[in-house]
Amino acid sequence: MTYMPHLSRRSFIIGAAAAGGGLAIGFDLPLGGPAVVRAADGAPEVNAWVVVRPDDTVVVRIARSEMGQGTLTGLAQLVAEELECDWSKVTTEYPTPGQNAARKRVWGDFSTGGSRGIRSSQDYVRKGGAAARLMLVQAAANDWKVPVAECSVSRGVITHTPSGRTTTYGKVAEAAAKLEAPRDVALKDPKDWTIAGKSLKRLDTVDKTTGKMVYGIDVKLPGMLNAAIKACPVVGGKLKSYDEASIAGAKGVKKVVKVGDDAVAVVADTWWHAKSALDALKIEWDEGENAKVSSETIDKWLAEGLDNAQPAFVGNQNGDVKAALANAARKVEAVYNYPYQNHATMEPMNATALFTGDRCEVWTGTQNGEAAFTMTVKESGLAAEQCDVHKLMLGGGFGRRGNSDFVRQAVAIAKQMPGTPVKLVWSREEDMTQGRYHPITQCKMTGAFDADNNLTALHVRISGQSILVYQRPEALIKGMDPATFAGLAPSGDAAIGYSVPNLLVEHAMRNPHLPPGFWRGVNINQNAIYLECFMDELAHATRQDPLEFRRKLMAEHPRHLAVLNAVAEKIGWSTPPAKGIYRGIAQHMGYASYVAAAVEISVSEGSKIKVHRMVAATDPGYAVNPAQIERQVAGSFVYGLSALFYGGITVKDGRVEQQNFDTYNSMRIAEMPKVESIVMPSGGFWGGVGEPTICVAAPAVLNAFFAATGKRIRSVPLKDQNVSFA
Amino acid sequence: MIALTINGTEHQLDVEPDTPLLWAIRENAGLTGTKYGCGIAQCGACTVLVDGAAMRSCSVQVGDVAGKQVSTIEGLAIEGKLHKVQQAWVDNDVPQCGYCQSGMIMAVAALLQDKPTPTDADIDEAITNICRCGTFQQVREAIHAAAKA
Repeated sequence: MTYMPHLSRRSFIIGAAAAGGGLAIGFDLPLGGPAVVRAADGAPEVNAWVVVRPDDTVVVRIARSEMGQGTLTGLAQLVAEELECDWSKVTTEYPTPGQNAARKRVWGDFSTGGSRGIRSSQDYVRKGGAAARLMLVQAAANDWKVPVAECSVSRGVITHTPSGRTTTYGKVAEAAAKLEAPRDVALKDPKDWTIAGKSLKRLDTVDKTTGKMVYGIDVKLPGMLNAAIKACPVVGGKLKSYDEASIAGAKGVKKVVKVGDDAVAVVADTWWHAKSALDALKIEWDEGENAKVSSETIDKWLAEGLDNAQPAFVGNQNGDVKAALANAARKVEAVYNYPYQNHATMEPMNATALFTGDRCEVWTGTQNGEAAFTMTVKESGLAAEQCDVHKLMLGGGFGRRGNSDFVRQAVAIAKQMPGTPVKLVWSREEDMTQGRYHPITQCKMTGAFDADNNLTALHVRISGQSILVYQRPEALIKGMDPATFAGLAPSGDAAIGYSVPNLLVEHAMRNPHLPPGFWRGVNINQNAIYLECFMDELAHATRQDPLEFRRKLMAEHPRHLAVLNAVAEKIGWSTPPAKGIYRGIAQHMGYASYVAAAVEISVSEGSKIKVHRMVAATDPGYAVNPAQIERQVAGSFVYGLSALFYGGITVKDGRVEQQNFDTYNSMRIAEMPKVESIVMPSGGFWGGVGEPTICVAAPAVLNAFFAATGKRIRSVPLKDQNVSFA
Repeated sequence: MIALTINGTEHQLDVEPDTPLLWAIRENAGLTGTKYGCGIAQCGACTVLVDGAAMRSCSVQVGDVAGKQVSTIEGLAIEGKLHKVQQAWVDNDVPQCGYCQSGMIMAVAALLQDKPTPTDADIDEAITNICRCGTFQQVREAIHAAAKA
């Protein structure tokens, strides 16, 4: 159950049209006979995933996008594991989305989100590696005229055991590429892994320390111009007019262009000239009805949805909550809320496009190369065979770069300047104003106890925005957005970890005008706060230990319980903390992984938090690179706690108020303690890593804050509650 | 024309004096290792050294540094040998997306010039760059490793 954008129906049609076309740049070059597909440098492709050069270098094709999460290295490890090649000779390359379309999606899905990079492609990339190994060994056996069963391979060196003869992958790749691919390949038991499962160093580090890594914003093409853009700051509004005379004579300016019906761009020799002129350009907007919207009106509308009389979608239900609440010996109720958040990737959105009339090419950092390609085809008005997208390193994604709005703009600008490559770069302010924001919700939590302090009912009533309505309406189920119930669902990849005799989880959908998007962790961020802080409230209301209270409800959820127990043990829950130190705990499930956190904090002056220890546990089923998983866990805590303490996007007169990092701040090194990560893969399933742990940091800290102060914070961000880092 | 020495090479840049140093470096000198993050000296992605001192180049006018020595990430390695901070970054596998790391590394290089063996408190005070991937744990480890190198 994943909720990141898949290809739309339209893109499938485009993809199908492109299949069989002549777009395969770097492929099908007639060097080694018609059967051999070749990489751009002429090296033979053993199969779509594996190219072997004569010097034994193995090029592993990576379809998913690297944005810091380490998927490039992890996927290469999985292929190399089955390939039995020499890891020190592995390099990687991205096939382009145009090539994928032309080759009937031989590389499958390019979309990189929902923590799916590894878990949803591990099976076929491992099989790709295994199949290539079988073909390479077969080629050697054929050459030696010996039975393949007498041959073995280790680190890319093939040995004929009876004779002791050896050869290498590089020497037999040409012959292997001509063989028919095996139909069935067996995969190794992960217990036997020697490359996968190990904390190998990332493959992309050196260039990231020398300034050589090329991000989308760094693209340079001959004759390239630069564009800065402003779209109507009230989303839904239109561009009414602009006064080109207001920037007459501005240095370096080449052209002012309308982009779609809601934006204007200045194209200049340098981006600084473009941006300076754009800032001076007199623009009139037709802001429309949305200009009347403010955070106050949104909050009021959402609050109305908490009324049980209002219609709502049911996401999880067992027993009879209404009756159980009516018969309760005691009821506890609390209302929570979680605001809009912006992704604020370090690299602002950008894309470079070149349109020549019969061809359109785009260079960009995208989490979804196929969606960017589809957008390029659509906006250029050309056929799929005439377009392609070149994927570059992403300066952060976190879900934002799964959208292709900036690709659409870049192509629209390039179309107005045929033959000239134009790089569109958003200012930070544009990036803040035109986000695809983490959705806003409120939640009323109600719990019922019997006379013996047993929890008899839990009612979770969420009111607020649906991501799928905006991003993937085809994934709605009779109007219901199942993603809303992440971590609260009855079963699947994001199942609730508690058994309550009477349970009702529902969603009163309210969709304000700010466009929502998938934001690292997506709906588990707020759902974990709602559920895990309220579980803490229920425990305290009945004078039960928060850990023991949870455990009583988790007997049927052993994997949820295992990660909770792991953090409890590591933080030392059974022994009292040092004087002045307070603990909080939380667990949740998302993206098929089980996660928990325990923290130790101190609070000074009643509101200043210092986080002393953070313990995290994650069970992702299989751990392809434990060191990278630890980095994702720690990084997710920084992202999640930044949102908790400093985040929150607010709306005034229909516009986003926060314009830069001065008003939408992010944690610094001084505020972040070491995260003690427990990676505890239990096997038998494949869970994600990039996102799941993000959701348990905030409730663990909020629960610790209650333990320290007796104050329950139910509203994010903390800066609006006058709570800060010490 | 503004004369600027970047990584030991003198450049004559055809640029207005009020252009931010960041954009003069990226667009006029063509060195894109220095990154744009915020434009208001908040995030530190654009950090370079001017006469050895760390500065956020988005908020420095190029006219104000004419004739001074500017060092960027591209100039840190000498004859292919990584600077000890870069080497520590590689050894500790610090970067995730890597976009902020040029600025982070330059800020750390400046810190180690002033304080060759910084304490955690020194690091907390001097390193205020934003990293949205959240690499701080590895950054801290790598700073200590570089200090020992």
